[in-house]
Amino acid sequence: MSMLYSEQVMDHFTHPRNVGVIEDADGIGEIGNAKCGDIMKMYLKIEKGIIVDAKFKTFGCGAAVATSSMATEMIKGKSIDDALTLTNKAVIEALGGLPAVKVHCSVLAEEAVKCALADYYKKQGIAHPVIAEAEALMGADHDHEHETTEE
Amino acid sequence: MERYVYADNAATTPVSKEVVDAMMPYLTDKWGNPSSLHAKGREASIALEDARARIAACLGADAKEIYFTSCGSESDNWALKGAALAGKQKGRTHIITSKIEHHAALHACAWLEKQGFTVTYLGVDTNGVVSIEELKAAISDKTALVSVMLANNEIGTIEPIAEIAKIAHEHGALMFTDAVQAIGNIPVNVKELGVDMLALSGHKIHTPKGIGALYIKKGVRIDNLVDGGGQERGKRGGTENLPYIIGLATAIERAYARLPEMERVAKLRDYLIDNILAAIPHSTLNGPREGRLPGNVNIGFEYIEGESMLLLLDFEGIAASTGSACSSASLDPSHVLLAIGVPHERAHGSLRLSISTETTKEDADYILEKLPPIVQRLRDMSPLYEEAMQAK
Repeated sequence: MSMLYSEQVMDHFTHPRNVGVIEDADGIGEIGNAKCGDIMKMYLKIEKGIIVDAKFKTFGCGAAVATSSMATEMIKGKSIDDALTLTNKAVIEALGGLPAVKVHCSVLAEEAVKCALADYYKKQGIAHPVIAEAEALMGADHDHEHETTEE
Repeated sequence: MERYVYADNAATTPVSKEVVDAMMPYLTDKWGNPSSLHAKGREASIALEDARARIAACLGADAKEIYFTSCGSESDNWALKGAALAGKQKGRTHIITSKIEHHAALHACAWLEKQGFTVTYLGVDTNGVVSIEELKAAISDKTALVSVMLANNEIGTIEPIAEIAKIAHEHGALMFTDAVQAIGNIPVNVKELGVDMLALSGHKIHTPKGIGALYIKKGVRIDNLVDGGGQERGKRGGTENLPYIIGLATAIERAYARLPEMERVAKLRDYLIDNILAAIPHSTLNGPREGRLPGNVNIGFEYIEGESMLLLLDFEGIAASTGSACSSASLDPSHVLLAIGVPHERAHGSLRLSISTETTKEDADYILEKLPPIVQRLRDMSPLYEEAMQAK
């Protein structure tokens, strides 16, 4: 089982971009649980449909921190609609790949963005399909896929 | 990198030059097959039997009771499967083991369950000590084998093997102990333990990887795992890996000679434990204070995840390990930590430092200097820590 991280992953893990909180965030999303060992909390500042700032806090492994960091970089300055199209695949590609067993961490990053945007729409009183999607994600018992191989 | 501190000796140990020097002639000139009758073969055979006798002497065994294998996992598999299959012929189809065994033993037990054997997994207390009460309640005249490790690889608990062996024998069951982590750390003598079988591995005591042994007490019959051309008195096929066997003999003698030094290692362990717990809030020792392997430190840090900690320690030149799921690719964190009652979230934040006679006070101080800011850095990044601090 390979646990080797790409240079980009190590860079984003050791120098994570956008760590922190936004006190007056327009949308906050949290996904994952402590039992499984990873939680991501995403804070967004949104002005006129544009994500002007994004910050995160993550409890998790190197891949979880790196994907959180990369995801915030990828959505900053983007429109909400663009951010909603962010996929875990795009995050993985931007990071130069992830070990197979770590792919679920990137799913969490995509989901955290969706949850934060759903929270934004809810606060604005705007109906949007992402609200139902986020509720389903947060309601699910976070049974993300892990491989069962061991050393 | 200013300094390199290897604190992962429970995973593997640096290969000793003394061991390699002893092996070299058998990797070059003395390449004979011990089974050959000619001069080259005899030369190899004499060396093989000499190595066997030296290993037996360390363990308090007879040379004829030592069988060479490829690794600790093979020894575990052979002892468990071989004893189970032999027991079945006498109508004994029950195995007793513990919840905190190495995966080599646990997965061999899972295989035996698939073959129709019944397996009891004994619980442990918060220190990781196997429950004698559960053992007494589970054992019967159907029990073929009791298998409990001598010392745990993650939390360093030393198990009461002599007491367990006595109970096993009262019921006519065989007793096996996996001593892979114990050898070289504490005195190990098969007679004092009263075991029928004992597994050991070379690379935990400074040989290269790829050599292990199984002690099988004279008169104890177990089925073969590897059939072959009559090597190891017909019990384990395969041409003997002579260079590595010579290495193992040298390594085990070296390890036994160094046992008095383990007192110093135990003091260094306690120095690390005391100072880490004092310097870092929301941290707890996993495993016992007493009855612990002299080189084992295992501490849980709340609100952070272990793999992140390992990566940052590695950047500082410190090699350690963790019981977090994220480092093992399985869904659950360490089965050992869960068995002693550590909650999932805290098990993810566990750090194991396994030190040795080669670890110095300066190494320990270096760990104590680098670890606290790493834990704080990860906590500053953790939403769990943020919530916990807000709640206060």
